[in-house]
This record gives sequence, structure tokens and C-alpha cells, in this order.
Amino acid sequence: MDRLLFLKRSEAVGLLVLITLLVVVLPLSLDIFRLNLVGKYLTYSFVAIGLVLCWGFGGILSLGQGIFFGLGGYCMAMFLKLEASSVENTKIQSTPGIPDFMDWNQITSLPWFWVPFKSFPFTLAAIVIVPAVLCFILGTAMFRRRVGGVYFAIITQTVAAILTILIVGQQGFTGGINGITDLRTLHGWDIRTDHAKYILYFVNVAALIACLLFGYTVRHSKLGRILVAMRDKEDRVRFSGYSVAGFKTFIFCLAAVLAAIGGAMFTLQVGFMSPSFVGIVPSIEMVIYTAVGGRLSLLGAVYGTLLVNAAKTAFSESFPQLWLFGLGGLFIAVVLAFPNGLAGIYDSYVAPHIAGLFKRGRAPKPGSGVPQSTPAE
Amino acid sequence: MSSDPTHSELPDQLRRKLLLGLAAAPFVGLASGLTAGRAFADVPATSVVNTTGLAVTDTEVTVGILHSVTGTMAISETGSVEAEKLAISQINEAGGVLGRKIKFIQEDGASDWPTFAEKAKKLLVNDHCAAVMGCWTSASRKAVLPVFEQYNGMLYYPTFYEGLEQSKNVIYTGQEATQQIIAGLDWVNKTKGAKSFYLLGSDYIWPRTSNKIARKHIENHLTGCKVLGEEYFPLGHTQFNSVINKIKLAKPDVIYAIIVGGSNVAFYKQLKAAGIDLSKQTLLTISVTEDEIDGIGGENIAGAFACMKYFQSLDNPNNKGFVSAFKKMWGEKTVIGDVTQAAYLGPWLWKLTVEKAGSFDIDKIAAASPGVEFKGAPEGYVRIHENHHLWSKTRVGKALASGQYELVYETADLVEPNPFPKGYQ
Repeated sequence: MDRLLFLKRSEAVGLLVLITLLVVVLPLSLDIFRLNLVGKYLTYSFVAIGLVLCWGFGGILSLGQGIFFGLGGYCMAMFLKLEASSVENTKIQSTPGIPDFMDWNQITSLPWFWVPFKSFPFTLAAIVIVPAVLCFILGTAMFRRRVGGVYFAIITQTVAAILTILIVGQQGFTGGINGITDLRTLHGWDIRTDHAKYILYFVNVAALIACLLFGYTVRHSKLGRILVAMRDKEDRVRFSGYSVAGFKTFIFCLAAVLAAIGGAMFTLQVGFMSPSFVGIVPSIEMVIYTAVGGRLSLLGAVYGTLLVNAAKTAFSESFPQLWLFGLGGLFIAVVLAFPNGLAGIYDSYVAPHIAGLFKRGRAPKPGSGVPQSTPAE
Repeated sequence: MSSDPTHSELPDQLRRKLLLGLAAAPFVGLASGLTAGRAFADVPATSVVNTTGLAVTDTEVTVGILHSVTGTMAISETGSVEAEKLAISQINEAGGVLGRKIKFIQEDGASDWPTFAEKAKKLLVNDHCAAVMGCWTSASRKAVLPVFEQYNGMLYYPTFYEGLEQSKNVIYTGQEATQQIIAGLDWVNKTKGAKSFYLLGSDYIWPRTSNKIARKHIENHLTGCKVLGEEYFPLGHTQFNSVINKIKLAKPDVIYAIIVGGSNVAFYKQLKAAGIDLSKQTLLTISVTEDEIDGIGGENIAGAFACMKYFQSLDNPNNKGFVSAFKKMWGEKTVIGDVTQAAYLGPWLWKLTVEKAGSFDIDKIAAASPGVEFKGAPEGYVRIHENHHLWSKTRVGKALASGQYELVYETADLVEPNPFPKGYQ
């Protein structure tokens, strides 16, 4: 049996190992504070998975994934903030019942675009639709004109910068540079308790696994093959009659929606959202996670995100003054020594050994198919 | 500990520190070790003073320091870290808190608000810190506030800020907006006869709220005064030429500037280049401390007035001791701004409160804080108000080319902190 559903055998094993790690090993070995941190790191891996699909397979490097992470996160934060700003909680304000930062900015009624966010179903839909629509507009505008490569990356960066400036400048409507803080409950359920954090962690992991499976489906479908073909020889795909712009826009939107789901999960677990996740620097960091994990590997993206963020936390706790240099050194080392990231290390050093073990174990049984090691991408 | 109030020991102990210097640290350790041994019988049992599982042992108590030592805010927050470390070492030399030496765990907020929240949680949940000295920007405080309230920690926050906040779990050792603003405006109105104002600020909550309060005070409380313009610039903005032209046309009596961080350098240089002479044009700022002048250059800002509660040049024995101890520890070239001094108050106020409460428990400290007095403060006597802010004097200083401020006015009495000012919202 070489395939399990639509997964290759090696992928299925890899996914099972990851599930065991996230569902069994980490919750049992970490206290809730550390587990919550892992949950926070995992929300970035949604972005990284999207980048693997969009950049690794599709060849479209977006340096603005923070935009979509931020949009998803802000949608969720707006809903939670409205719930936290009940008339009762905000008695002290000059206008009770609106978020505190609006009151500080002399806004006396809820702006129209905040109003629908009182509804949870609307919020959930908005988390997916808002980034998808923005992406569709961006993608259509650019890919139809065959803007690609570096120019596309620059434009995504610009959009990230614009969105940050917009959020910071319109602080009466967005909370400005402080962001939307002090989020408390989701439908009356206190998201700040340890118990809630456990539940949110598992919801997060479940969503992540679902997104990974979805990523594999895309990868193995005809769409996935077209994406790779497009990346390697765009003109040939176009001359074969495919709409390159359409496929590019689709995969860009998909990556954005994944990022937005990550952003929404982030807000739920961390308890606030601020423009510092939207701008250029976080967007580039997200690309780094993907690069460290290996941009061709969906699982690698998850491990890359976990490793980089864990290193960030550990370095900064041990060496408050020096940790940024350490982290920089780590990046340079990984990129120089292992251009394919963690997944590259696994493929060239670990996988052959494991394949060897399987071969030996299987050898006595005649007739059973020996699994071939996966050819390189 | 003896019943001697700490403030009377302070100058003495500063002098001793001066004499001994850091090189003699082992001896200091020995001496204070002896003191601790002698005082040991008086030390209350840990089970009595710590009923909530904080990091307190028979000989040690752990506190956290949470500032940015990397990133854009590092330049501002480093002074606070240095002041807190100085205060902690002085308290330890004087015998510690309830007979226990203070040990600190430092974390880096990296100028990044979510990192602040993560580290705050780590200090409270993993390290069980008895108190945390930290944060600088409003954004970082807003990010950690829910963490401190949820895990019942105690934060000593040093920066002058916009007010509109009051928490059981925070002691605000800097001034809130009304304390800093109103006295300064009254002064400039009275002594300079100022009638028209032009308000400038960086675009975030503190300058906006401060200017709101300033505008209300100018329009409603000062007779015949008006605001000619109000403008905001993104953080890090460096092009002020167009607003400088507008100011030249509007000819306000006072430029009221709340521009923060690196933007200040561009603003004051461009003002000077545009021919606005600060010895003739009155400029009042509440955001430029000696730390910022270091970057701006004294010659570019000489003549401007700043309104805050502390200047390095204050002439009193407490401050003289503080400045020399600070320089001894961190180098002759360091300058001390308003926030640095407020950060220095944090560990001392916490120590005094713990001793007043006879306990490290957060709830007892929160309850005991109102009324705690610190007579050894470099800014002079301060006292904690029921709303967890400080009663403090407000002062106006005139910037000198040397990079220091010369005191030109101080309020006669302590100004009451009023984080939710009626009529100013």
C-alpha cells in the first residue's frame, strides 16, 4: 500500500508523527504557559503552509503575508472587542458600549463597518472572505498584467506598509499602534483561563491538521502539478492553453485565507491584535519560517515555524541583550548550509536511514512491494 | 530590619557606594552578609510573608525587569533598566526587603508588544516574580495589563502617559497626562502671556490624549486663549517642513510639541534650519527629556521649555546622591531623564510598600500602596495616591546648549494625579 487515501506513505507517516507530537507529546510534557506559546507559534505555521503552496509550489513569493494574517486577526479581534465592550464593562467612558480606544479618540458611536462584527457567523465568514477578496483584486490586477517575481514581492510589501500606516493612522477606528487589546470572552466563554487555553490549543491543532491535509490534496491534484509546471516554465503552461493568471490568483488567495485563519487563531490564543503583525518585518519573518523549514515541504513549514519561534523565545530568555545576533546567525547558517531547510536535511540525511530500516525489516517477506524512497521534488 | 525609615539611610548609603565603588563589591557583600546574619532573627518567616506562592525564600525574593533592550525602543528603555538595577543594588546593600535580598530576572520585550505580553506571562507564571518593573510605551503596557490582572502580578510602570487607566495591579510612577500638562500651560500663559497655541504630536494614543487635554484646558480654562492648529505625524516621521511653514504663517505664541523618539531629531533641526529661533519663539514640550536631547543635540533645542517632573539638574541632596551613584555605576557620560528617575522609584516604592504591608502578597501590597511615601526620591518627596498614581510636583525646565535643563518653575505643592479627568474627556 503505497498510498493512504491521497497521501504518499512517507507523507502519511510524517503527518502521524506530527500529530503525535502536537496532540500527545507536547501537551503532556509542557505546562499551560509553554503550551500556549506553542499554540501561538502554530498560528504562524498556517501562514507558512500557505507560503509553501504559493511560493514553494507556485513560485509566487509574497512578502506581504502579514497583511492577511492581520486581516484575519483583526476580524476576530473586532468581534471579541465588541463583546468585551458591553455597556456594563465600559460604564466609566463618556460613551459606554463602544470599545475603549474609540472613546479615547472622541468617537461617540460605533462606526458602520464595526457593526456587522457583532455577529459571530459574520465574523467567521469575514475572516475568510475579506482577505480572499483583497487577494483576488491584487492578484487579478497583477497576474493579468504578468507582473511577477521581484515586482510582485515589492508590491506585496508596499501593501503591507500601506495597511500598517492605515491602521496606525486611523486609531479611533482601529486602536492605532496599541492594537485591539484586552479581549476577554467568546460568547460568554472566558478565553483567558487555562482551561480555555487547552481547548483553544487543540482546536488550533485540529485546524492546522485540516489545513495540512488540504495542502496535500492541492499538492497531489492536477492543480498542484500545474502549479509546479508554472513555477518551472510559465510560458509552456500558458502555451498549453491554461490560464496562468487564474491559477496564480487562486493559489495566492488560498495562501491568504490560510494566513487569515492563522491570524484569527492567534487573536483567540494571545488575546490581542496589533499592527506589529501586519507590517513588512513580520511578513518577512514568516517567509523565513518557511525558508528554514524548507519551502517545498508542508510539514517542514510547521517544524520550521516551531523551531524558529522556540529558538527566539529560548535565546531571548537566556541572553536578553544578545539574542537577536544568535537568531541572525542561525538563519545565515541554515540558509548557507541547508538551502532546502529542515526538510532538506531530513531528505538527505535522515530519510535514507529510515528507508534502509524499512528495507531490512521487509526483506524476508517475499512479494510485498518495497517502498521506493520519494524522489526529490 | 531596624525601624529606621529608609529615606534617612539613603544619602548615607549612596555616599558609601561612591566611596567603595563597584570594585569593592565583594566587601559590600560580606558586610551586608554580616548585617543579614545579625538581623536574621528579626526576619519574618517566609510562610507568613508569602502566602500565595511567589518566588520568596528565607534569603531571597525574585523580581522581574521587563524592558526593551533591543529594537527601536532600546535607546529609551535602557535608562530605565539601569535605574532599576541601581535601585535594586542599593536596596540590597541596605539589607534588602524584609531581610531578603532582591534577585532580578531580566527579560527583553524587544520593542514588540506581543513579546512583552509573552515575557510578562513568563515572569508571572514561570518565575513567580513578586513584582515586575517594566514597560515604557503605552502599547506595551496595554499588552501586558490583561496578563498582570489575570495572574495577579504587580507592575511598576515608569513612563509619563495618557492616563485613562487605573489598575489594582499597576503602580504608575510617572505622571499621568493632566499632572504634566495643566501646570505647564498655566505657567506659560501666566509668565509668557501666551494666548495662542499650535499643537503637534506623534500619531498614537499618548500625544493625542495629551493634546486633547491641552486643548480643553486652553479653550475652557485659560481666558482668551485659542488653539491655532493641531497636527499628527506617524512614528518615525522625519519631514516637518510643511508643518513648520504652517507654523510660520500662523505665528502662535506657543508651539506645543509632543513628538516622540527619533522624529525629534529631525523636528528640532528643521525648526532651526527654518530660522525659528527658540529663544524668541516659545516652544513647550512634554516629550523631550535629557535622553532625547542627547540625540537632538543641545545646540538645536536650546531655549525650548519642557514640562515634566524631573530634570537631572535638580538641586537637592537626594538627586545629587542619585546622579553620582548612577554615573558611578553606568559611566560618566550617561544622562538621566524623567522616565529614568521614575523607573528608579519603582523598586524603592515596592520595598517600602512590602515593609508597610509586612507581606509580599500582591493583594496586600495593592491595598497598602495608597499613602506610601518615599522621601528619598531624587525628584523630592512622592506619595502613592489611592488611584495608584504618584502625587508629584510638576516642573518646567529650559533647555541649555549643554544638553541639560535649567529649572525655571516648579509647582508649590504636589499635584494630584487624576487619570480620569472630568471635563477633559
